[in-house]
Amino acid sequence: MPDDSESTSADLKLPLLDQLEEGPWPSFVKDLKQQASRRPQVAQLLQQLEESYENRWDYWRGTVLNVSGYGGGVIARYSDLGEKYPDVAQFHTIRLIEPSAFVYNTESLRQLADASEEFGAGILQLHGMTGDILLLGFDNEKMFAAAEALMEQGWDIGGSGNGMRTIPCCVGPARCEMSCYDTLKLTSFLTKRFIGELHRPEFPYKYKFKLSGCANDCANAMTRSDMPVIGTWRDDIQVDEQAVADFVDRHGEEWVNENVTSRCPTRCIHLHGRKIEIDNHNCVRCMHCINVMHAALAPGNDRGVTLLIGGKRTVRSGEMVSTMLVPFMEMKTDADREALADLVERIWEFWGEHGHDHERVGEFIDRVGLGTFLDGVGIEPDPQMVLNPRSNPYIKFEEYTAPRLEGEPQKAANVLPREPEVTEIPFGGD
Amino acid sequence: MGDISVDQLAEDCYAIVAENAGQKKVKAGDLQKAMAAKYGDQIGRADVKAAIKQLMDSGRTVYGYFGGSSIELPHKEAAENQ
Ligand code: SF4
Ligand code: SF4
Repeated sequence: MPDDSESTSADLKLPLLDQLEEGPWPSFVKDLKQQASRRPQVAQLLQQLEESYENRWDYWRGTVLNVSGYGGGVIARYSDLGEKYPDVAQFHTIRLIEPSAFVYNTESLRQLADASEEFGAGILQLHGMTGDILLLGFDNEKMFAAAEALMEQGWDIGGSGNGMRTIPCCVGPARCEMSCYDTLKLTSFLTKRFIGELHRPEFPYKYKFKLSGCANDCANAMTRSDMPVIGTWRDDIQVDEQAVADFVDRHGEEWVNENVTSRCPTRCIHLHGRKIEIDNHNCVRCMHCINVMHAALAPGNDRGVTLLIGGKRTVRSGEMVSTMLVPFMEMKTDADREALADLVERIWEFWGEHGHDHERVGEFIDRVGLGTFLDGVGIEPDPQMVLNPRSNPYIKFEEYTAPRLEGEPQKAANVLPREPEVTEIPFGGD
Repeated sequence: MGDISVDQLAEDCYAIVAENAGQKKVKAGDLQKAMAAKYGDQIGRADVKAAIKQLMDSGRTVYGYFGGSSIELPHKEAAENQ
């Protein structure tokens, strides 16, 4: 696109943004300034941002635009300073579903870059918080043209609004020996199975998955998604005794004790001379010893996933970390994946029925109680349903509780109505 | 599904959305409940989903954003400028 800008990036007066170029790390300001020398639109974007910083005010108003038949995927941004900066009066973002584990070929990257250059501001964000591809800087008209062109090439619109969001996963078995299940396959399965829920925002609020092949990614998955699916195993850690001995010879017993055994969260791994002994019953599958001694130790052979629920920063309850939902599920066959999908549907149905507006599933569980939630989705309580290992479970097991006090209720009141609510919406047609 | 076609459900859903336009945000869950109340066991959730999909694909309704995703008649969002 020819540059007809009157102001070049060199003319821009951006004292506050300039500070973000300082330091050794990459700077989006530096990148946008380069782009501004070719695009007047990007120069105006920077000017509006500088004004925002100066006045501590956000000048964007947002909504979603419906690509025909879709409910989400286009995040519309309208500028309150549209008269002053007409090239960013409409500056929309298109979200696309990314390839599983972010693996691209050069052809597909070229397609994204071309669409962004031709229709948008030439700015790509790889990747957004939920993992999707973001193309920035479209006006109303070009946004629809770009979406059409991208869909012709086989891309599909990503999630937004109160629906299932685009599913991110780690690289899993494609490139990582730690992986306990096929993260890529499950991502593709769930995306296809729930494409309707992804394109049509119909839940009380958004619902995010994060698929991690092992517990190395657990903090990410547990704090940044509603449903982390984390790879694990239920048999014993695999030990190559010769490799353990070689490792101890190389590093010394003291080093191994200082860096491996003493850092095990449950103190269930011990070094005896050149031999490792693991009390697998007490191992919480945190991955630490395996990460350090990866040639000598490996996850067990009976692998699957741990399913958690309810993480993410939420509107009412603040930061939430997910809690255990299913300690172990096999995840090898299509039948295993179907079983997960069925459970997810039950959760959506129950939360959809009883959840409040803008109530993430974690907040919902907080409000109604884990017992009621488990009842509603048809899962048996399990002592492993805890927020932190070795902490109190939510579930009260009668056989372990102290004798009742006189007058103590036999059962906690159910906060949900027993019967489904009847709609109050006037019904027109008969 | 009994004798109730997706077309019929789509018309019923559309009537609710049109009647509430400008007054109340209608969500997919509201339509599910209203259809369940009207037709009971004759329909399932998937049928109502298919009806909403038909309304969206035809452009007769769109998803709104504010106050939680709702199903609305096509309109211009207040945030939009030209
Ligand atoms: S989360 Fe685990 S399986 Fe996934 S890439 Fe990281 S180490 Fe590998
Ligand atoms: S995986 Fe973690 S909990 Fe298990 S033995 Fe190794 S360090 Fe200990």
